[in-house]
Amino acid sequence: MRIVFEKRKTLSRKAIFLVPLASFLISLLLTAMLLAIFNANPFITFAAMFKGAFGSWSNFTETLVKAIPLMLTGLGVLIAFRLKFWNIGAEGQLAFGGIAATWVALFWSPFLPSWMVLPAAIMIGMLAGAFWAGIPALLKVRLKVDEVLTTLMLNYVAILFAEHLYYGPWRDPKGFGFPGTPPFPEFAWLPRIAGRAHLGLIFALVLAVLIWFMFKRTRWGFELEVIGNNPSTAQTQGIKIAANIFMALLLAGALSGLAGVCEVTGISRRLQQGLTIGYGYTAIIVAWLAQLNPIAAIFVAVLIAALLVGGDQVQMMMKLPAAMGLVLQGMLLFPMLAGSLFTEYKLRIIRSKTAGPLSLARDN
Amino acid sequence: METKTPILEMKGITKRFPNVVANDHVDLELYPGEVLALLGENGAGKSSLMNVLAGLYRADEGEIFIRGKRVEINSPRDAMLLGIGMVHQNFMLVDTMTVAENIIMGMSDLPFIPDMEDVSKRIRELSKQYNLQVDPLSYIWQLSVGEQQRVEILKLIYRGAEILILDEPTAVLTPRESKELSGVIHHMTQEGKSAIFITHKMEEVITFSDWVRVLHKGRLVTVKKTRETHPQELARLMVGRDVLFRLEKKARNFGDVALELKDVRALDDKGLPALKGITLNIRSGEILGIAGVAGNGQTQLVEVLTGLRKTTGGTIRIFDEEKANKSPLEIINTGVSHIPADRIARGIAGDMSVANNLVMKCYRKPPLVKKGVLHPSRILDLAHRMIDLFRIDTPTPQTHAKFLSGGNIQKTILARELDACRGLLIAAYPSRGLDVGATEFVRNQMIAQSQAGTAILLISEDLEELVTVADKIAVLFEGRIMGIVPSSEADTEKLGMLMTGVKV
Repeated sequence: MRIVFEKRKTLSRKAIFLVPLASFLISLLLTAMLLAIFNANPFITFAAMFKGAFGSWSNFTETLVKAIPLMLTGLGVLIAFRLKFWNIGAEGQLAFGGIAATWVALFWSPFLPSWMVLPAAIMIGMLAGAFWAGIPALLKVRLKVDEVLTTLMLNYVAILFAEHLYYGPWRDPKGFGFPGTPPFPEFAWLPRIAGRAHLGLIFALVLAVLIWFMFKRTRWGFELEVIGNNPSTAQTQGIKIAANIFMALLLAGALSGLAGVCEVTGISRRLQQGLTIGYGYTAIIVAWLAQLNPIAAIFVAVLIAALLVGGDQVQMMMKLPAAMGLVLQGMLLFPMLAGSLFTEYKLRIIRSKTAGPLSLARDN
Repeated sequence: METKTPILEMKGITKRFPNVVANDHVDLELYPGEVLALLGENGAGKSSLMNVLAGLYRADEGEIFIRGKRVEINSPRDAMLLGIGMVHQNFMLVDTMTVAENIIMGMSDLPFIPDMEDVSKRIRELSKQYNLQVDPLSYIWQLSVGEQQRVEILKLIYRGAEILILDEPTAVLTPRESKELSGVIHHMTQEGKSAIFITHKMEEVITFSDWVRVLHKGRLVTVKKTRETHPQELARLMVGRDVLFRLEKKARNFGDVALELKDVRALDDKGLPALKGITLNIRSGEILGIAGVAGNGQTQLVEVLTGLRKTTGGTIRIFDEEKANKSPLEIINTGVSHIPADRIARGIAGDMSVANNLVMKCYRKPPLVKKGVLHPSRILDLAHRMIDLFRIDTPTPQTHAKFLSGGNIQKTILARELDACRGLLIAAYPSRGLDVGATEFVRNQMIAQSQAGTAILLISEDLEELVTVADKIAVLFEGRIMGIVPSSEADTEKLGMLMTGVKV
């Protein structure tokens, strides 16, 4: 008796739902085993995490606070990934967006009516994010420079540039040596809608729907889909590959840039340490778990944010390391990635010795 | 010479693949110090026979004898130990390593730290002995294609190969390098080595070989001493003896010239000339077939016509407008459709639905799109109509295209391209790999399309198809048109000679 993988003849609708669900349960099981090693009761720990993330209105809004940048950067990453452009640079695009928004908020108010400062900060911040993604995109489509390296390296440039600014020229003179810029004027604050959760939530929700519509229903989305799926076919059908990838990456960068704008104008209300705490990297997990679907990315972002917030709670209540939340994230990703095999293949048990293929059954 | 005992004998070699018999009881003999040419069209079974000998394939039936002793060859290593080595068309060399390192790479009896001085010395000796000039210390990336081939040959000799298999050795060489190679082969045979080379070029058969064996559709058709045969005979044998079946075609009046090429030149991906001055024209309603062994410029011809490759000279006029070096989109917009040679790699997007694949050309125009927004129900309607009309066997229009069979993928492409076609169709190997029914369907659709006034350029390696479908046949050889014959006057001997580079 042998077990072989067999390619499914059609994509199973059921599998698309059941496989992620099963993967999630498996990852919980794995984490439970790990918790058991730490002598923590898994059920109590999970309950504590859940309560920490969703147990009260204020906890829930804190979860949203973390979910918003994950949604926006997650959308940015998934647009690029749909084109098989491996954008690891959401973190830098976020940072550069935050820097640009800070510049507007701090230095443009003398020249603009105060009601225009916030919209201008959002615009300029998104343009900055787009610019930061545009550099590796241009290098890729013009000179075939590997985007994994360039997007990753530009993260450090943007992060260190932000550090330079709030430690150096933009540092608050009245800040008692604290690394950060002066606070923004109040008219440059992004309005909050629930607890610390701000207008960025609405932006993210609207943008997710727009991006979903763009991919599903527009001519541009159709062209991007063909490019991501088979560039040679796209080329043969007269679709302009370089220009489209470049445009899509500008959009992706603008979304991550917006995440940075929302962080500085909505949460810290200044540029300070703690802007870049890895949202742009976690966004990669969000995009994959959402299977590059923009609507799913919203829910996945909330789930991941809940793990982060819940992880903090576990630290306080269960005396476990806060890193447990991060561990669970990792544990979540592996079964999900392994699980994607089962949406395309199914297991078949073969009883006789001779029948059937030896290994992965080939495309019929 | 007949009294010599053969160094190699293959008896009754049969190799089957799913749906095709690549070699059907093929015999082969090779004498020491001699060169044997294996001549045949694409798919005649030359490469699979040699892969059996080199240990890459295992024969289903048959026996192999080396110096009269029966041997089992189960791996390339077995072959090497028996003194058999093969130079593949694509060289197996590591660019960033030196000649010497490449030559000893993978040898089993190397010390942990090889003495490279010693290796280099030995290589220098061998290159002198066999007249294969190459510096053991230079890196592969510094070498020309011809020099890289010499490294491949040296690699085999270094490992003690007595029988060298060369798979279309001159396909990648310039004429000067080919001449040098002929000197090398001559030298090697004088030193007692034997060689088999796979080819489809008549000139090489005549200049290189002592013996020639012709394969056709997996069978050995003839064994001749090269001195005792002539190109006409070999050409006829290579293309096959069978009388070509002809459809009675009604004499038709063709329209204006739809496609006109004048002295078109282009380079291949390596920067070598692939099209060396192509001149031809096709009128509306006419089908021009392009015959020729693959790799003689067909790919580049299709690419310059569809905007996928730049020309380096000449003019391409489509409906009387200059279209050389225009973008694919501009050419599509003039009404040119294209059935690509590699239907999976260039023809479809496998993870998109059949419906989306069907509208991949017409999605740009109303009523399918309005202000940049697509109209899914209209796309689906159109897809349903195309699926019915072309009898595409798919569970639903939403099924991903990759789940379809080859024939249905081709029908999907055909439906899309014919629907969008406004006067000129470029079809590359449209029936390759399809079953009888699908082949028939594809051919009939093309004929119907031409009767409706479309000019068609049909590239095919199936002479039967060319003679039945096309009105005229142009033969492509090494980037040139060797001749254009009306299909009513085409016979296998003539086509075979043109395909192998013999002027008629």
